[in-house]
Amino acid sequence: MSISAQDRTLIEACQGGLPFVPEPYAAIAEKTGMDEAEVIDRLAALKERGIVRRIGIAPNHYKLGMTANGMTVWDVCDDAVQELGPLVGAMEAVTHCYIRPRALPIWPYNLFAMVHGASRDEVEAKRAVIAELLGDACRASDILYSTAILKKTGLRLKKGAS
Amino acid sequence: MMLDDTDRAIINALQEGFPLASRPYAQAAERLGLSEADLLSRLTAMKEAGVITRFGPFFDAAAMGGAFCLCAIAVPEDRFDEVNDAVNAFPEVAHNYKRTHRLNMWFVLATETEDGIGAAAREIEAATGLTVYLFPKLREFFIGFRVAA
Repeated sequence: MSISAQDRTLIEACQGGLPFVPEPYAAIAEKTGMDEAEVIDRLAALKERGIVRRIGIAPNHYKLGMTANGMTVWDVCDDAVQELGPLVGAMEAVTHCYIRPRALPIWPYNLFAMVHGASRDEVEAKRAVIAELLGDACRASDILYSTAILKKTGLRLKKGAS
Repeated sequence: MMLDDTDRAIINALQEGFPLASRPYAQAAERLGLSEADLLSRLTAMKEAGVITRFGPFFDAAAMGGAFCLCAIAVPEDRFDEVNDAVNAFPEVAHNYKRTHRLNMWFVLATETEDGIGAAAREIEAATGLTVYLFPKLREFFIGFRVAA
């Protein structure tokens, strides 16, 4: 792992999130034995390196009325998926899009596109647009709605691992 | 919890770009036209109500030399709670969702090394007696994350 022991200590101290106090970095510093300026500098450097992707809120889609969250999945011919995938990913309705391996026989799908909406009707309408775009290159598809968030945390480093 | 327009503005404004400074809430509050105390109390209330699942830095395991992998398990409905507890007990499980399919539990493993994915999956299989299907990303076309609040 390409991070220093101090960065690791800092990540462990931050992974539960920042406290809602006026000086949150000072509070984190207290947990690590660093001073506030070092915490701020190290986080800035980690952000520069892309190890910190962003600093801010992870909202709960459900509580914000985005109650329909459909993982649309598609069995797209291998010779077409590299060309069609980027077009699906570029659609405004799609928040994440990946090619992943199939797991036959239980799972024939190789293209995954996440669609969010305020209702299942809205998600289905967006799914129909994707289906049209994929056309005959798509042999089968399904949609998996999420019905519960079972866990949602940031990265958790194991204590004491090297 | 009923969110008012100010709460919604906070959610939209603070998904990224939280300041790295000694009094970051004061800075963020000023940009929103709020007092530091008001912002802190609203954030605290939204966190307690579950509107905010987390607040702070989001780390990228892959950028640290680690790995992510989407995984799924077909959990018998009568074992769902038990398996959920077992799976969520693993610190490598970052998100977990129940979904409408025979593969009804979908979670993301985040580990510090590539090898950690397979190792964690085998441990989860041992703990649950169920097959863990691995769906690593072969190619990513887009990741966007912006909620209309």
